[in-house]
Amino acid sequence: MRHAEFDSGCLIREAVALSIKVSMATAHIIDPTQVLTLDEPLTLDSGQTLPGVEIAYETHGRLNAAKDNAILICHALTGDHHVVSDHPLTGKPGWWVRMVGPGKPINTDRYFIICANVIGSCMGSTGPASLAPDGEPWAMRFPVITIRDMVRGHVALLDSLEIDTLHAVVGGSMGGMQTLSLAANFPERARAVLVLASTARHSAQNIGFHELGRQAIMADNSWREGDYYGFEDSPEKGLAVARMAAHITYLSEEGLTKKFGRRLQDRSEKTFGFDADFQIESYLRYQGISFSNRFDANSYLYITRAMDYFDLAEEHGGRLANAFRRSKARFCLVSFDTDWLYPTSASRTVVQALNAAGKPVSFVELSAPYGHDSFLLDVPALDRVVAGFLG
Amino acid sequence: MTALRPDLAVIAENVAAGSSVLDVGCGDGTLLAALRDEKHCDTRGMELVPANVGACVARGLSVIQGDADRDTVFYPDKSVDYAILSQTLQTTMRPDLVLDELLRIGEKAFVSFPNFAFWRVRFSLLLRGRMPITRMLPVVWYQTPNIHHVTIQDFRRLLKDRGITIEGNWFLSGDTSCRTAAANFLAEHAIFLLSRAA
Repeated sequence: MRHAEFDSGCLIREAVALSIKVSMATAHIIDPTQVLTLDEPLTLDSGQTLPGVEIAYETHGRLNAAKDNAILICHALTGDHHVVSDHPLTGKPGWWVRMVGPGKPINTDRYFIICANVIGSCMGSTGPASLAPDGEPWAMRFPVITIRDMVRGHVALLDSLEIDTLHAVVGGSMGGMQTLSLAANFPERARAVLVLASTARHSAQNIGFHELGRQAIMADNSWREGDYYGFEDSPEKGLAVARMAAHITYLSEEGLTKKFGRRLQDRSEKTFGFDADFQIESYLRYQGISFSNRFDANSYLYITRAMDYFDLAEEHGGRLANAFRRSKARFCLVSFDTDWLYPTSASRTVVQALNAAGKPVSFVELSAPYGHDSFLLDVPALDRVVAGFLG
Repeated sequence: MTALRPDLAVIAENVAAGSSVLDVGCGDGTLLAALRDEKHCDTRGMELVPANVGACVARGLSVIQGDADRDTVFYPDKSVDYAILSQTLQTTMRPDLVLDELLRIGEKAFVSFPNFAFWRVRFSLLLRGRMPITRMLPVVWYQTPNIHHVTIQDFRRLLKDRGITIEGNWFLSGDTSCRTAAANFLAEHAIFLLSRAA
């Protein structure tokens, strides 16, 4: 019996070869990344402090003289600050070019857009792959961070840019958790809060899927308790499996059926083996491998942990409404009918808390076939809501 | 406020300036926008249809997608000066409970509805023997959202049974107001301002 190997599908080999070619061809891309180094260590929810924090970010549009036209965009779990600029590793366009830009719903002609890489990540901000003060990678010595710690990093960036109050803070998925955390913990820093496909707490199901991903990474012998940075191999296979599982949660059954059904991959019959017979298998393997080429496994552990620890009500005496008592912001929440990762009920819980706290809040559940990822994809109704809410 | 639908115009005229309002079933936000812009009200809305919620948000209004029968429970007691239900009562599953909710959330409530005892409706049923299709009730019986037709008399009886006080009432035939005395026969639609002693 043959073992399922990740390089077993020829599509995968071609895809990887292609992605290497692409990254070489795009090596000349101008990366607009700026990096802020914090003078003071960042005090974290765990009680630990993180010294020498770097925050990678990019900005678009122009900050006006009053410094009141800034919008902070918060990225999701595996995202980064390349919201509209090409990704330096993959050469792909920024992750939200369809939403952000001149004349787009988040209009860079009017607004100064800031997007910062979260701490704990591996795309420029300080994370477990960064060097600790002793000159060695932090690896698993990196302190466990929370969503609120990520927001503390954002606020430090706003301070350095001398922006007291944002026109809006915007985010989807984990980005939405950051927007809610900023609204609750730094209520004077944003006048409008836009939360897409997100939640105020991670459910048991959410935590379960994340744990599956973490265990896949840790079960990979190349992980070496996190100390893999000096070696040629890294826990790519574990990270790829984690991504495959997670990727399923980002899509809807309807979407998967429409896109793949039970169709076979480049073959007319099943092989009675463990090759990627089905298109969905080939697709997920490709997603897994391309992800492990661009993301650090330890960062995945730390960021998923931060999401699992997120419970905004718990931070505020067990009542979610209390989290928003001090807020003066307008809120808008959007959910998608096919999102089973952070379903409509999760958004409604936040809306109800905001209602109970007497805050101005809008909420709409939009219909889109793409599951959780709908907030990133072509949903014209979302564009209208975003543009309308931001003004 | 001439652009408003006649019953909405009556409500808009009679809402105190600067008050807080919740419009349940606010549609595309026409009334809320008028109350915000012309009466400087603190406005919020609830609407079932997502496209309408989007239109409201695009107007800068705070509107939640929700169902009048289910989702009002999340508003705190007496959290607004006025709860408004315009042309929606007859579409709810339990109009009596919705009415209770309005008066729990609002100090006062505006309720407007098409009068099923309007003479044209009566004659249509009497002479044709079929469910009436009129300007106010334009949809065939099997597609109409109006599942609880109500007359002004019925509504008054419900208010009496529930101990609800009528603070004001207005009756319209087309765009013009008509006399209270014969309203149940002459009025095409009715607007009530209600309150309930604590």
